Amino acid sequence: MNIKKLFGVILFLLLVLVVVPWLIAKSGRWDFYYTLTSVSLLSIASAGVWLTFYIGRINIGQGAYALAGGYVAAVLVSKYGINFWLTIPLAGLFCAALSVLIGLPILRLRGVYFAMVTLVLTEVMRLAALALPVTNGAKGITSIPLPQELSVFGFTVIPDFSTLANTKLAFYLTSVVLMVICYFVLWRIVNSRLGHLCRSLQQNEELSASIGVNTAYLRVIAYSISSFFGGVAGSMFVAISQSIYPSSFQVTDSVNFMLNCFLGGLGYVFGPMLGTLVLYFGWDLLFTAGRYQLLIYSTLLIALILLLPNGILSMGIFNRKKTRS
Amino acid sequence: MEQILANGLYLGAQYALIALGLTLIFSLMNVLNFAHGQMYVFGGFVTYTVVVQWGLPFIAGLFVSAFILAVIGALIERFLFRPVIRKSHREESTMLLAAGIAFFLDAVILLIFGEKQRGVPKIMDGVLNWDFRIIMPYDRILIGVLAIGMIVAFILFMQYSKAGRAMRALAQDRVAAQLMGVEVDRYSMIGFALGAMLAGLVGGLLVTITGINLGMGGPTSIKAFMMIMIGGAGVISGAIAGGFILGMMESIGLTVLAIYGDITYLVIFASLMIFLAIRPQGLMGKPWG
Repeated sequence: MNIKKLFGVILFLLLVLVVVPWLIAKSGRWDFYYTLTSVSLLSIASAGVWLTFYIGRINIGQGAYALAGGYVAAVLVSKYGINFWLTIPLAGLFCAALSVLIGLPILRLRGVYFAMVTLVLTEVMRLAALALPVTNGAKGITSIPLPQELSVFGFTVIPDFSTLANTKLAFYLTSVVLMVICYFVLWRIVNSRLGHLCRSLQQNEELSASIGVNTAYLRVIAYSISSFFGGVAGSMFVAISQSIYPSSFQVTDSVNFMLNCFLGGLGYVFGPMLGTLVLYFGWDLLFTAGRYQLLIYSTLLIALILLLPNGILSMGIFNRKKTRS
Repeated sequence: MEQILANGLYLGAQYALIALGLTLIFSLMNVLNFAHGQMYVFGGFVTYTVVVQWGLPFIAGLFVSAFILAVIGALIERFLFRPVIRKSHREESTMLLAAGIAFFLDAVILLIFGEKQRGVPKIMDGVLNWDFRIIMPYDRILIGVLAIGMIVAFILFMQYSKAGRAMRALAQDRVAAQLMGVEVDRYSMIGFALGAMLAGLVGGLLVTITGINLGMGGPTSIKAFMMIMIGGAGVISGAIAGGFILGMMESIGLTVLAIYGDITYLVIFASLMIFLAIRPQGLMGKPWG
């Protein structure tokens, strides 16, 4: 079983790190790099949303943390000249701390109430970004320098991006590696003691509290990890677009993160990844449809929900033995 | 001060009407209708088409918009929500569906009505000027009074008609209502249609004052969510209270906090968080909805 899993992971890594760049170089569709980079970053944020689903909360507020993370990275890089690679964990930590602060009161809410509060949170973060002095208001922070070199003891781990010939490829590889790391962490969390406890929260919070699970603590932990992912994704986005505005992550993005999770399937760790790929690529491919793009997209979305209300991964071919409700 | 209160009342009446539709749908089907703002925009555009392009009186536009939205709501319930609720493992799947419908309505509005800002000419001229303490155009007063009248009509309908009683029973306990002989499917559909109709009516009312454009759907939904969080989801009195409270807060905030810049909604949200930490179910909501 373990060998099979390892084999699968290696196959996936080969696919995304070797085959995809080769195919893109072959076909000359360089724009796909940007699409795929976005997919991998968005799927990191969706992974965070998925984790809050895992404790039985509907999170429509990931856009808020992505925005916050993006601003942290942008301010640190452009105003204080800190190395970008350092700001990724810093942005994540900032978001995690922020989410503890916000999460303590609102995680007491459940179901639709929590969903609504988080949705409002996204809008509030946008307003805060408009109002706070450090964020430069509606003008945003622009012309952020490309990531610098990262070296450990004089040994270059990541070269300076501005010296690279093909930054698109570099960004793609970085994002994919980041995504793989994040999903590995997520997978470890889900299959650890913490993950089992989270599952008990999802099924019945009172029951798990009654047998001694510290539910309040767990909720905050899960939510802060989720926001950490959001912050990481947001900070990486800043490096790619080299700019950030209050409208970089909006309510639509938050809703999309949630849709990604639903679409992939809430019972599966890699659901959000697949959901993001399908949604984002579907949207991009429909670009040729012009003004009917949104119509076709939403119709397909509705049809997909009608046919597969439990996510793509709940299709027969994917789960022969997993039957979890 | 009187001016602020009058503005707040006027805003609150409209907000309450939006929140009523949302809370009705929520209480009946446990569905958070993301598409509510889009339904509101749709109603506004229908009214615009009837009044400006066809040249019919405003009241006809209001009726047409209410009717069309009710039909749309009924169809959405019958062919989309009902099968999904029946089939899915987790009831949150309906949220995905609601978001999909929101996108869909956005697309339909874009294709039919275009992305331009539209407005209906004033339905009444003149301004009420009470000693320069309250200055308010007559059309705003008319719209506010109409909105309050509709709220009253809705409450009366829910309290005294057979359909209203059936829907209240459904909201309280679905299974018990079914055992007492309430046709659950039929009244779910009527309830959804009624909720959508209310959204359409508000859209029709507001198009005369603020006009309407495609981008208004999402923010309207968010405001409606805030209102039913303040009042408590699924409770009619809560929705009305939430609407008026938000209207007042917005009106006061826009005046008092104007010197600090555009932070009214930040302040409202922060106070909402504190409020929810103390009382998670809202003013009048049942604990855990």
